[in-house]
Amino acid sequence: MRMLKQLGAATAAAITANPALAQEAPGLDEKINQTFANLTGPFVSFIFAPLPGTSFPWIVMWLVVAASVFTLYFAFVQMRFFSHAISLVKGDYSDPNDAGEVSHFQALATALSGTVGLGNIAGVAVAVGIGGPGATFWMILAGLLGMASKFTECTLGVKYRNEYEDGTVSGGPMYYMSKGFTELGLPGGKILAVLFSIFCILGALGGGNMFQANQAHQQIAGIVGDYPGWITGLVFAVVVFMVIVGGLKSIARVTEKVVPFMGVMYVLTALVIILMNADMIGWAFGQIFAGAFTGLGVAGGMVGALIQGFKRAAFSNEAGVGSAAIAHSAVRTKEPITEGFVSLLEPFIDTVVICTMTALVIIITQQMIIDPQTGNYMLNETGTAIATVDGNSGVSLTSAAFGSAFSWFPYILAIAVILFAFSTMISWSYYGLKAWTYLFGEGHTKELVFKVIFCIFVVIGAAANLGPVIDFSDAAIFAMAVVNVFALYFLMKVVRQELASYSERLKSGEIRKFSH
Amino acid sequence: MTTKIVIGLDGTETGERAIAFAKEQAKLIGTCELLVVYVIEWSPYTFQTPEENALRHKRREEELDLATSRIVTPAVDALKAAGFKAQGIVRHGDVAETLNAITVEEGGSQIVVGRSSADGIKKRLFGSSTQNLVMHADVPVTVVN
Repeated sequence: MRMLKQLGAATAAAITANPALAQEAPGLDEKINQTFANLTGPFVSFIFAPLPGTSFPWIVMWLVVAASVFTLYFAFVQMRFFSHAISLVKGDYSDPNDAGEVSHFQALATALSGTVGLGNIAGVAVAVGIGGPGATFWMILAGLLGMASKFTECTLGVKYRNEYEDGTVSGGPMYYMSKGFTELGLPGGKILAVLFSIFCILGALGGGNMFQANQAHQQIAGIVGDYPGWITGLVFAVVVFMVIVGGLKSIARVTEKVVPFMGVMYVLTALVIILMNADMIGWAFGQIFAGAFTGLGVAGGMVGALIQGFKRAAFSNEAGVGSAAIAHSAVRTKEPITEGFVSLLEPFIDTVVICTMTALVIIITQQMIIDPQTGNYMLNETGTAIATVDGNSGVSLTSAAFGSAFSWFPYILAIAVILFAFSTMISWSYYGLKAWTYLFGEGHTKELVFKVIFCIFVVIGAAANLGPVIDFSDAAIFAMAVVNVFALYFLMKVVRQELASYSERLKSGEIRKFSH
Repeated sequence: MTTKIVIGLDGTETGERAIAFAKEQAKLIGTCELLVVYVIEWSPYTFQTPEENALRHKRREEELDLATSRIVTPAVDALKAAGFKAQGIVRHGDVAETLNAITVEEGGSQIVVGRSSADGIKKRLFGSSTQNLVMHADVPVTVVN
């Protein structure tokens, strides 16, 4: 989902690099952009600031360190309970008397439709395009570690959710922050929860909305030709409005059915392309391993590959951001930890499977030019990325890679991007709403206010080129991670107790499979 | 030992005929209990929005209440009034699988259902619930026209 940082940074750079250009056309849009950029600039720079002496953003390091800490703290839970997680999703442990409640499969599918998207298609192309095949190795590693972060946050999400008298549920980081901290006798939980909610609302309106609308418009314009973005925005806004305000479930249902279909089709097509070039699989993995440790001539060498891989994995699977904890908390299970196990499959599917497929297709179809003399990759004219066959990058690089095998695939890909954008919007409208109601309370009018604001931002996102705004909203999503991971460090011992108790009961046979 | 006959209802008039047939059987058998079952078609493998998930428990309770009060309880009451021993069960799931599972759990010796009417394409692809039940049930099944 996360490509906006790149996009936003490029726009911001264009504005700062060409002040004369900005002055030539002092339209209202420009003025708004400039004012907004000035106001939010320090915050954005802070979130994406590199570690001293490197070009490695500290926020990425923050997420990777957290994922490593959780991996060690829970003694590689993502490996020990991987097959158990699959059993849970299959329903082996579901009590038939609970039939009709949200199943583990449904919770996983819902959470996945919020994360699988542009990050898997465009983000990976950016990572491999800049960091070379080696970035794939680091991306997979980050994905595997991120599974432990998801496990931690989703277990807590279910454990500390609110269940109301009417049977509805609300959960997520803001609830485990306030309730969990109180339970442990720690101060400041409420403050963290409020901070998280504010960032979550901003992230929902930005990355989960405006950026998606913007990218969807660009895809449509790429097929039918250029036309004003507000038209796309209005159409999307009306459809989103009908779903989230009008309760028109049929549209949502169609999307929720088509999105997984698109995801499966994407992976299958990638597999077919890889199998068509079966003789090159060994070579491609050789490139990935060699690139991971030597860089194979990419900009920044091995460190460059590592930065790109880690960055794209973190941006794509959202492990540690806290959004998944909101999505997973709807499951009505007697054991909160089972939802944690199920959620650890999410970074695996998103990053380890789908992102790797994209990377392999780009590598195998040889979109990136290799210098025949040295065997290393050639850089483009500016030296910032690897030279590609048609000078493609981002979505167009992925599109070209798939298109080189199947000429019709770019059209399918464009439709997939539009649908992914739509399903991401629906998911984030819910995440934002939960944060909103946490701050302002539940109630029809209060909820309607947020939903209307959300729809207005769809139009703004599609219509305008709002670099600084998009930059800011992306920063807000990662600010969620700053607050969330901080809280997770304090609450992880609660998860460890749950894990110990569950493992024991699983071993003793107290928790058993149901015959279906 | 009491013989248990499971009656699968689907909320249509064919259910009435299934009940009538089961009553006949019960009279012939003598000591017999009638188990009135309504299965709410549901799959754990569908795709839902986050909001649908959050409301799911509430909806489930509503569905159970509705099926119990509109379909199962009236049928059980009518059977009891006619002098039969009867009880009702409502559960979510795949109709054929769940009917069979309940029958096995409760120790039912046969299942009586009305001929269901699935619509065109779905029926052609997956067969109707009745067909599936007849194919896979662990006990004899009677389909009443």
